[in-house]
Amino acid sequence: MSDEGRILRFQIFRYNPQKKGDKPRMVTYEVTEAPGMTIFIALNDIRENQDPSLQFDFICRAGICGSCGMVINGAPDLACRTLTSKFEEGEITLLPLPGFELIGDLSVNTGKFMRAMSERVESWIHDINADEVDYNKLEERMDPDVMDEVYELERCVECGCCISACATKRMRPDFLSAVGFMRLARFYLDPRDKRTDEEFYEIIGDDDGVFGCMTLLGCEDYCPKDLPHQTQIAFLRRKMALVK
Amino acid sequence: MNIIYTDNLIIGGGLAGLRVAIAAKQRGYESIILSLMPAKRSHSAAAQGGMQASLGACIKGEGDDEDVHFADTVKGSDWGCDQDVARMFVNTAPKAIRQLSAWGVPWSRVRGGDHDVVINGEKVTITEHNESHGLITARDFGGTKKWRTCYTSDGTGHTMLYTMDNKAIQMDIPVHERKEAIALIHEDGVCHGAVVRDLITGELIAYVVKTTTIATGGYGRLYAVSTNAVISEGIGTAIALETGVATLGNMEAVQFHPTAIVPVGILTTEGCRGDGGLLLDKDGYRFMPDYEPDKKELASRDVVSRRMTEHMRKGKGVSSRYGDHLWLDITLLGRDHIEKNLREVKEICEYFLGIDPVKEYIPVRPTQHYSMGGVRTNATGESLTLKGLFSAGEAACWDMHGFNRLGGNSVAETVVAGMLVGEYVADYCAANSLKVSTSTIEHFVKREEGKIADLLTRDYGENPFQLKAEMQKIMMDKVGIFRNGEDLAQAVEELKLLNQRAKKIALRNRISSSNPELVEAIRVPKMIKLAQCVAYGAQLRTESRGAHAREDFPERNDRDWLKRTLTTWKDEDSDLPEVTYEDLDIMKMEMPPGSRGYGVDNTVHHPDTEKRIAEIEEIKTANPTADRHEMQELLNPLDIPEKFKGKNERIGRGYK
Repeated sequence: MSDEGRILRFQIFRYNPQKKGDKPRMVTYEVTEAPGMTIFIALNDIRENQDPSLQFDFICRAGICGSCGMVINGAPDLACRTLTSKFEEGEITLLPLPGFELIGDLSVNTGKFMRAMSERVESWIHDINADEVDYNKLEERMDPDVMDEVYELERCVECGCCISACATKRMRPDFLSAVGFMRLARFYLDPRDKRTDEEFYEIIGDDDGVFGCMTLLGCEDYCPKDLPHQTQIAFLRRKMALVK
Repeated sequence: MNIIYTDNLIIGGGLAGLRVAIAAKQRGYESIILSLMPAKRSHSAAAQGGMQASLGACIKGEGDDEDVHFADTVKGSDWGCDQDVARMFVNTAPKAIRQLSAWGVPWSRVRGGDHDVVINGEKVTITEHNESHGLITARDFGGTKKWRTCYTSDGTGHTMLYTMDNKAIQMDIPVHERKEAIALIHEDGVCHGAVVRDLITGELIAYVVKTTTIATGGYGRLYAVSTNAVISEGIGTAIALETGVATLGNMEAVQFHPTAIVPVGILTTEGCRGDGGLLLDKDGYRFMPDYEPDKKELASRDVVSRRMTEHMRKGKGVSSRYGDHLWLDITLLGRDHIEKNLREVKEICEYFLGIDPVKEYIPVRPTQHYSMGGVRTNATGESLTLKGLFSAGEAACWDMHGFNRLGGNSVAETVVAGMLVGEYVADYCAANSLKVSTSTIEHFVKREEGKIADLLTRDYGENPFQLKAEMQKIMMDKVGIFRNGEDLAQAVEELKLLNQRAKKIALRNRISSSNPELVEAIRVPKMIKLAQCVAYGAQLRTESRGAHAREDFPERNDRDWLKRTLTTWKDEDSDLPEVTYEDLDIMKMEMPPGSRGYGVDNTVHHPDTEKRIAEIEEIKTANPTADRHEMQELLNPLDIPEKFKGKNERIGRGYK
C-alpha cells in the first residue's frame, strides 16, 4: 500500500489467432497503481482505457473459480488475487498458460482440456446402485474424517497452473498430469466410489499416468490452492505398482 | 446459416442449468448447455456457506422439518414469495441433498460426542447424538429457526458444482463453451430457441429447440460493487425481456449481503456469523444486540445489512479511504475452526487484505449480493406469457424468495428448481413437437447480424465501458440498500438517458471475432434496460418489503402492495418498461401474512389476512386428528411431480 501512485509497467503477450496476419508479440502498457490493486484490476484498467482488444479471462475475481491462471513474471498463478504491490520493481510480465490451446492474448482454453481430463479419469462416483438410491430415506453414513479428507482433495479449481508448471507435460502431450491425478486420488479415497485398484490401473498405470511423473514438483510448487500433489502422486504410484 | 437442432437449450452452465439438463436427459430428452466459460467456472462455485435442507440430523437441527423450513422461507421473503413454490421447494430439498450425496458431494458429517462451539459470543459445549454420527450435518445461518445449512467446509458451491458438472459429463450432456445467447427466437407466443454468438469466432448460430431454459444467474453486476462474479450481468434475463412477450418479476428486489470485504466486495460467507462471528463497530462494540436483541447477527440478511448501514450513519463506522466499514470478528472461533471450516475466507483475507483473520478483524460492509427478481415463471418454471421458455435458479422469479432470500436457500434453489423444472421441461418435450418456420429463424439471426454490423461500422459514438460504469454508479448511489422517491426518480431519468446513449455505441476495435469490446457493446444496452426495470419498479413500489427498503415508505403495506411486480418491454424504442402487478392471493396462503419478528411491526394489513387466519383455524378445528402432512394437504394441496412426493425420513422420527 505504500507504493500508491507509482507507475507499473506491464509487458503483455499479444496474439489473436482469429485475426489474419496477426503475429505474437509483447506489448508494454503503463498503469498508475492504486491501493490494493490486483492484476485483475490492472488488466481491466488497460482494456477499458488503453486497448479494448486485450483478451483475458476472469470470472469470480476472488480466487475461487480458476479461470484467470496465467504466467506472471515466470510463474503460473491466479491473476485475480495477485496484488501488484507484490512486485517491488513495478515490472510485470504476463504470458498465457502454456500447455493449452490459445484463444487470444492471455486467454487459453482450459475448459476443453479439463472436460477431456474428466472424461478420461471418469471423474464421477462409480457405483452401479447410485441411481437406485431412495432419496426419501436417511442418507448413507460417512465417516466425518474421511469426508473432510475427500474435501481436501476436491478443492482443485482446475485452473491449469499445475499443467503449465509440469515439464513432463511439455515433453509428453498425453501425460495426464497433476490435475488428473488429484481428481482420481479424490475418487480413490471416496468410499462411495466402488472402482477396484485394477480399474484405476487401467486409467493411470502407465507412462502417461503416474509412472510418467518425474517428480519435479512444479505442480506442488505452483498450485494456487496448495493441494498435496506429490503426496497423492506418490500414494497412487505405490498403489498402482502393487497391482501388477 | 448454422442451425443446431435439439430438444432443449439450456442457457447457463451453473448448478440450475446443469440440473435441468440432467433431469431432461434422465427422461430421454437431449439438451445442449450454453456457457460463457467452462461450466465449472460458473458463479455457483462461489457459494461458500451451504445449502438449506431440513435433515435435522445435528443436535441443533433437532425437530426441524419441511414445515419449519417453509415458515422460515416465507417469513424471510417478507410474505412476498409464492407459497406453492416454497412448499415444493422445502419438500424436495432433503431429497436433493441426499441425491447429491450419492452423486459424490462430500458433505460435512455429524461427529457424535462433545464439541466446543461459539454461540452468541460465548464458547459452549454441545453434544451430538452418537446415533447421528456420519449423517449430513448443518450449521447456523441467519433467519432460520434450526441449524439447517448443510455444507462442505466453506466450499459448498464448489463441491456441488463439480459433482453436478461431472454427473453431466458422465451422462454425455454437451456443454457448448464460450458461447453467448444474445436473442431469443420466438413466434406467436412460443419460444423456439436462441441466436447464439460464438465468443471466439464471432459466428452467429441459431439453436432451434422445443424448450429454452434461462439459467444465467443474477444481475448483480448492474451495481458498481457486488459480490457476484463478473459474468453475473443478467444477460439471460435481459434477452427474455427483449422478446417483449416474456415478463420479469420483482426486479426491484435486490439483496445486499452484510459481510463483503472492503473495498473489492468479495464475499465472506454468512457461515462466519453462523459459526459465531460477531459484528463490531469502530469502538470494538458489538452493536447488533442493540438493534435486534433476539436474532442479533443472525437476523435475516436484509435486516442485518440495514442495521449496519444505520449504525454507520450514526458515525460508528470505521473510516477508511474507501468509505466507512464495520468489523467482522471471527478471531473468537480459533485457528482450528477457521482453517477447517472457513478456509476460503482465510485465503481471501490473506490475499486481498493481507490480514490473518485468526488474529485480526475483517473490514466488511453490506454489498450487492443476490437478485430475487428474474424471468417470471409459474410453479413449473415456465414463463406465463412465452410458451416453451423456462427459467431456473437465480435468473428466475419462480418465486420462493419473495423480497428477501435466506442464506443457504440459493444453492438449494438451484438444484431443487433444476430437479422440478427439469421434469416439466421433459413433460413439455413429450407433449409438444417443434414447429417453427425457417423464415422466423432467419429473421432473428439477420436482425442480430444487423445490430452487430452497426456496432462495427459506426464511426463515432459512445464507449460501452463508460456507459456501464455510469449505470453501475447510478444503481449503487440511488437504487441501493435504502431507497427514497427522490433518488429513485433521478435514477430512472438518468438511466433513460443512458438507454438512449446506448443506442449509439461505437467501437475502437472493429473485428467481429474474439473482441471483448464487442461483447461489452452487445451486453451493455441490455444491462441498462434491466437497470431501468429495477429502478422503475423500486420507484413505483411505495412500501418497504424485505430487501426493498423505502425511507419514505417504511411500512410493509400488504393492503396495497401484496403483489408481484411484472415488467415487460414491449416496444423496443420506448424509454421505459411497462410495469403491471400480479396479486398474491392470501386466501390460498398456507401461512397468511404476519410479523417477521424484527423491530417494530408496522405492517399495514390486508383485509383478507384476518379472514384467512380464521379459515385456517376452522380447518384445524375441523380436523383435530390430521398430522402435519395431512394438514399441509388441507391448507395447500400441491401439484408436484409424482417422484418427489414421498415423505422424508429423519433420524429419531422416521417419516413423521
